[in-house]
Amino acid sequence: MRYSGLKVIKEALTGHKGWRPTWRDPEPKKSYDVVIIGGGGHGLATAYYLAKNHGITNVAVIEKGWIGGGNVGRNTTIIRSNYLLDGNEPFYELSLKLWEGLEQDFNYNAMVSQRGILNLVHTDAQRDAARRRGNAMILNGSDAELLDTDGVRAMYPFLNFNNARFPIKGGLLHRRGGTVRHDAVAWGYARGADLRGVDIIQNCEVTGFKIENGKCLGVETTKGFIGANKVASCVAGSSSRVMEKAGMRLPIESHVLQAFVSEGLKPVLDGVITFGAGHFYCSQSDKGGLVFGGDLDMYNSYAQRGNLPVVEDVMEGGMALIPALGRVRMLRSWGGIMDMSMDGSPFIDKTHVDGLYFNGGWCYGGFKATPASGWCYAHLLATDTPHKVATAYRLDRFRRGCMIDEKGQGAQPNLH
Amino acid sequence: MIINHPILGPRDSQEFTYLGDASLIDRPDWQADNAADQFCDYLYLRDNPAGAHRELWFHEQGDRSWLVVTRNTVTHEILNVELARDVARARGRSK
Repeated sequence: MRYSGLKVIKEALTGHKGWRPTWRDPEPKKSYDVVIIGGGGHGLATAYYLAKNHGITNVAVIEKGWIGGGNVGRNTTIIRSNYLLDGNEPFYELSLKLWEGLEQDFNYNAMVSQRGILNLVHTDAQRDAARRRGNAMILNGSDAELLDTDGVRAMYPFLNFNNARFPIKGGLLHRRGGTVRHDAVAWGYARGADLRGVDIIQNCEVTGFKIENGKCLGVETTKGFIGANKVASCVAGSSSRVMEKAGMRLPIESHVLQAFVSEGLKPVLDGVITFGAGHFYCSQSDKGGLVFGGDLDMYNSYAQRGNLPVVEDVMEGGMALIPALGRVRMLRSWGGIMDMSMDGSPFIDKTHVDGLYFNGGWCYGGFKATPASGWCYAHLLATDTPHKVATAYRLDRFRRGCMIDEKGQGAQPNLH
Repeated sequence: MIINHPILGPRDSQEFTYLGDASLIDRPDWQADNAADQFCDYLYLRDNPAGAHRELWFHEQGDRSWLVVTRNTVTHEILNVELARDVARARGRSK
């Protein structure tokens, strides 16, 4: 069933009786060519591109809860390609290009909105860093514009430009960045994969791996053993818990990151603003709520909820940047669990176990990476070689001294 | 979260900064044959458990002591607090 404007009109005239479930709800088969653990954005995208790009359709995605119930439904929906380092930026630029064609590609309205992202600068040093980053982005095919104070004022006159500690001196504008309806990303990929024959198996938790003579033969689950030629873990947030069952220790800590939504407002903010110095960023959803977030809670956590000190810190950051926020009431807050890696960059790699693959370590950048992560992971699973934009995302890069440390913080995961 | 400091009593966790897994106390022997491998694991790999986790907190806004806090990473409940100095000495370190 293809979705189209015509179909919507036809269903409206015939009582909406023609809509069908968007994906099947199958029981697991005895074995598959590929079993993907984790029915989040990345896992579903991997299944979609395995089927679409590589013709591998004997695939199962197994998910312990319901699909899209993890981090793909818990983020602040931002997409961007504004990284500095060569190991990262070509990957994120591929991701943004895939976002740009995604809705036509999988025939699902994901509400991709390239409304622009503005990173504010407050000092000469930050302006230099923004100029350097902007040049790196342009060299890798992305877009960047350096704005002065008047340029920022023309876009967002309501910001506090004369904050005593962080006066606004300009910003780096990335016009192709924006936001996406995040749930629809999971649903669109799920539908696309399902239509091509992928089995999406929900409420099925992996309890162990069957590994014999250094080869992974399948996974033990709450719905019994499922055999597989290749097993692909894709469970960022819980990577250490899952890979521990295969005897692996990872260069990852799990941390909680909180996000917030205000009551619905009339349109006030048409882009995304980041105030890195104040640990605050904000956009406005199409429903009208201001969506914003800040820093990690900073301690290891699997709780999917944070504590009040960070709530206060984020609100203070917001008030410092946008004093008008003081009139706005908070509606909801929530927490998501991040795989914080030792250099702030992710992994898409084989493991020491034959037939077992690993995707994780996305820190707080996993949502924007969803299409390219699926694209490159599918490439690795199908060809056993890394995709050319993901060659740096190796698990052994610390041992080799080839870290991809965008912020230069070293092996301290909560600072990335 | 309230951290029950062994000397100062219950303190707000905002007075502390967080470093990470308390295994960082166990610095490898730099003269061992496989010192490079040991240091690589020590620096970069973590158990990252869901449940009880022994971790290092620094009382930056207080007496500047290092603590080993045992905390449940699923519930945030603090189970035990020790001075890192005592833990290190119990493991044979001189300080």
